[in-house]
Amino acid sequence: MRYLLRRIGFYLIALWASVTMNFIIPRLMPGDPAEAMIAKMQGQQTVTAYQLQALRVELGVNTTDPLPVQYWDYLNNLAHGNLGLSSVNFPHTVVSVIGEHLPWTIGLMAVAVTLSFIVGTLVGIVTAWRRGGVLDSTLPPVLTFISAIPYFWMALALVYTLGFLLNWFPISDGYDIYNTSPGFNLPFLLSVLRYGCLPVITIMLGSLAGWVLPMRNTMVTTLSEDYVLMAQAKGLSERRVMISYAARNAVLPSVTSFSMSLALIVGGSLLTETVFNYPGIGLTLFSAVEGHDYGLIQGCFLVIAVTVLVANFLSDLLYTALDPRVRQGRS
Amino acid sequence: MQVTNNEISTEAVFSQEKGRGNNILVLLVSNKKLLIGSCMVAFFILMAIFAPVLTHYNPSNFSNDLSFPPSAKHWLGTTTKGEDVFAQLVYGARVSLLIGFVSAIGSSLLQILFGLSAGYFGGAIDDVLSLIMNVFLVLPGLPLAIVLSSFAPTQGFVASSTIPTGFIVLTLVLLFTTWSYGARVLRAQTMSLREREFVTAAKASGETSFRIIFAEILPNEIALVVSNFVTTTVYTILAEVALEYLGLGDTAVSSWGVMLYWAQLNQVFLGGQWWWFVPPGLCVAIICAGLTFINFGIDELANPRLRSDKMPKIKKQKKEGAVA
Repeated sequence: MRYLLRRIGFYLIALWASVTMNFIIPRLMPGDPAEAMIAKMQGQQTVTAYQLQALRVELGVNTTDPLPVQYWDYLNNLAHGNLGLSSVNFPHTVVSVIGEHLPWTIGLMAVAVTLSFIVGTLVGIVTAWRRGGVLDSTLPPVLTFISAIPYFWMALALVYTLGFLLNWFPISDGYDIYNTSPGFNLPFLLSVLRYGCLPVITIMLGSLAGWVLPMRNTMVTTLSEDYVLMAQAKGLSERRVMISYAARNAVLPSVTSFSMSLALIVGGSLLTETVFNYPGIGLTLFSAVEGHDYGLIQGCFLVIAVTVLVANFLSDLLYTALDPRVRQGRS
Repeated sequence: MQVTNNEISTEAVFSQEKGRGNNILVLLVSNKKLLIGSCMVAFFILMAIFAPVLTHYNPSNFSNDLSFPPSAKHWLGTTTKGEDVFAQLVYGARVSLLIGFVSAIGSSLLQILFGLSAGYFGGAIDDVLSLIMNVFLVLPGLPLAIVLSSFAPTQGFVASSTIPTGFIVLTLVLLFTTWSYGARVLRAQTMSLREREFVTAAKASGETSFRIIFAEILPNEIALVVSNFVTTTVYTILAEVALEYLGLGDTAVSSWGVMLYWAQLNQVFLGGQWWWFVPPGLCVAIICAGLTFINFGIDELANPRLRSDKMPKIKKQKKEGAVA
C-alpha cells in the first residue's frame, strides 16, 4: 500500500511537470506564438499593436500579466477543462477537436498493439523452440533491420507498393469519406476496417521485433530449466511442453511490457497517421504544428502525456499484483 | 596506483572474450556482429566526409532535368525541381549524422553526470536526481520533441555565424529528450560498483568524490556508457529524421529527413518517383541496423554476466596493481 501511495505521488509530480512544461516552453522561446502567427502571414495585411495584443489574449499568452498570475490562470483554466480555442479549426475549442480525433487513434493502436503482442509472442515461442533452426538464424537479424527502418518511411513504402502500385488498400483517410457517413451503420464500419488495414500492418511490422526478440530470449532461458526437461521426460506432447510448461512462465515479462506499451496507444502512431492521413491525434498534432496552432499542440501533448502516465500507473498496479517483492515495499 | 587500476579495469572489460589485450582491431575482428555493424556505420561516415568527392552536383541547385529517373548523369535521378537526389543523399548524410552523433554525445555526458552522481552519492541527492530522471523517463519523448521544436525557431542562422539555427535547436531538443533512460541504467550500475573494494580503497586513500566517480568508477562501466551511447544514437538519428520529415528542421538545408519532407510535399508516391523517397529511408535503416549490430557485439563482449565469470582474475590483477 505504501508503495502504491508513493507511485501515485510520483505520477502526480510527473503530471505537474508535464503541465508546467506545457506552460513554460512557449514562454521560454524567443518571440511569442502571437508574433510567430503574424510572421507567418507577413505582407498580407498590416497588424496593429492592438490586434497583436488581442491575439495574445486569445492564445493565452497575455504578456502584460506577471508570470505567476499567468500560471495561476493557466492551471485554473486547465482544471475546468478549458484549453482555449484552436486557431486551425476556428471556432472549435481544443477540447472538442481532440475529443473528435482521440477515438480514431485509440481504436487503431489498440488493435495494432494487441495484434503485434500476440503474433510477436507466438513467433518468439516458436523461434526459441526450434533454436538454431532456419527461423532462429534468419528472423532476429531481419527483424533488427526492420525495426531500424523509420516507421513513417515504412508507411510510405507500403502506401507506394500495396496501395498505389497494387491497389490492394486505400491510400489515405480513416474511412470512405465520399460514399459513407460516420455513424453506427454497416458501410461506414466496413470502410473503417478496410482503411485501417494498412496503418495496422505498418505499426505491427515496426513493433514486431520488440516482442519476438525478448520473448525468444526468455524462452531460451526457460527451456533450460529442470521442469521443462522433466515434462519432456514424462513423455508429454511437444506442444504441451512448449505452451503450458515453457511459454507460460516465459511470457510474464512480455505481459508486463504489454501493459507498458499501452502508453503508446495515443502517442505511438503520430508519424504513421500523418502518412496515411488517418484522422487521429497524430494528424491533429501535425496540422497544429503546420498551422502554428499552439493551443492545439499543447492540448495534444497533454493528452499524450496523461495517457502515458495512466498506462504506467496501470502497469505498476499489475506489477504489484504479480510480484510479491514489490508489494513488500522493495521498489 | 590509480592509473594502473584504470588500465587493468578497462582492459579487463575489453579482453574477456578472447583475452588478447585491448587492440581495437583485434577486438573488431573477434566479433562478427561488431565487425559488420562497424563496416555499415563506417561506410556512411566516409560517405558524409567525402561528399564533395563523390558528386560534383550541388544538392540545392535547381536544373532543367525535372523528375528524371536514375541514369548515368543523375545516379539516383532528380527531384521535381531538378535537384540531384544522389547529391542530396550524400550531403544530407552530413547533417543527419552530425545532429545524430552530437546530440547523442551530449546526451551521454548528461547520462554520466546524472547517473554516476545519483548512484555514487545515494541518499537525498539520489532521491532528487532519481525523481528528475524518472519524470523525464515517463514523459513521452517524441511528442515532447515535437512540441519543443515547433515552438523554437528553425530557419536561418545563429546570430553572426554560419551555423544554421535548425541544427542547434534539433540537437538540443534531442539531447533534452533522450538522456533519462541511460542515466537510470548507469545509476544502477554505479550503485553496485560503489560497494566494490577498489572504491573503498580509493576512499580510504583520501581521494575526492569527483576523482572517485570519474577516474575510478567511470572507466569500469565504460562498456555500458558506450552501449548506451550507441542506443541513444539510433534513437537520435531516427527522431531527427522524423522531426525533419514533419517540417520541424531547417527545410532549406538538405538532409535525409528534409528530403523525405519535400518528397511527401510533392506527393511522390502518387507520381511514382520512388528514387526520391526510397534512398534516404534505406540509408537511415542501414545505419541504424549497423549501430544495433555494434550494440549486440558490445553486449556479447562485455555482458555483465560474462564479467562476473572473470571476477577472480580481475580482482587478482587489481591486487597486483595495488601492490605495485
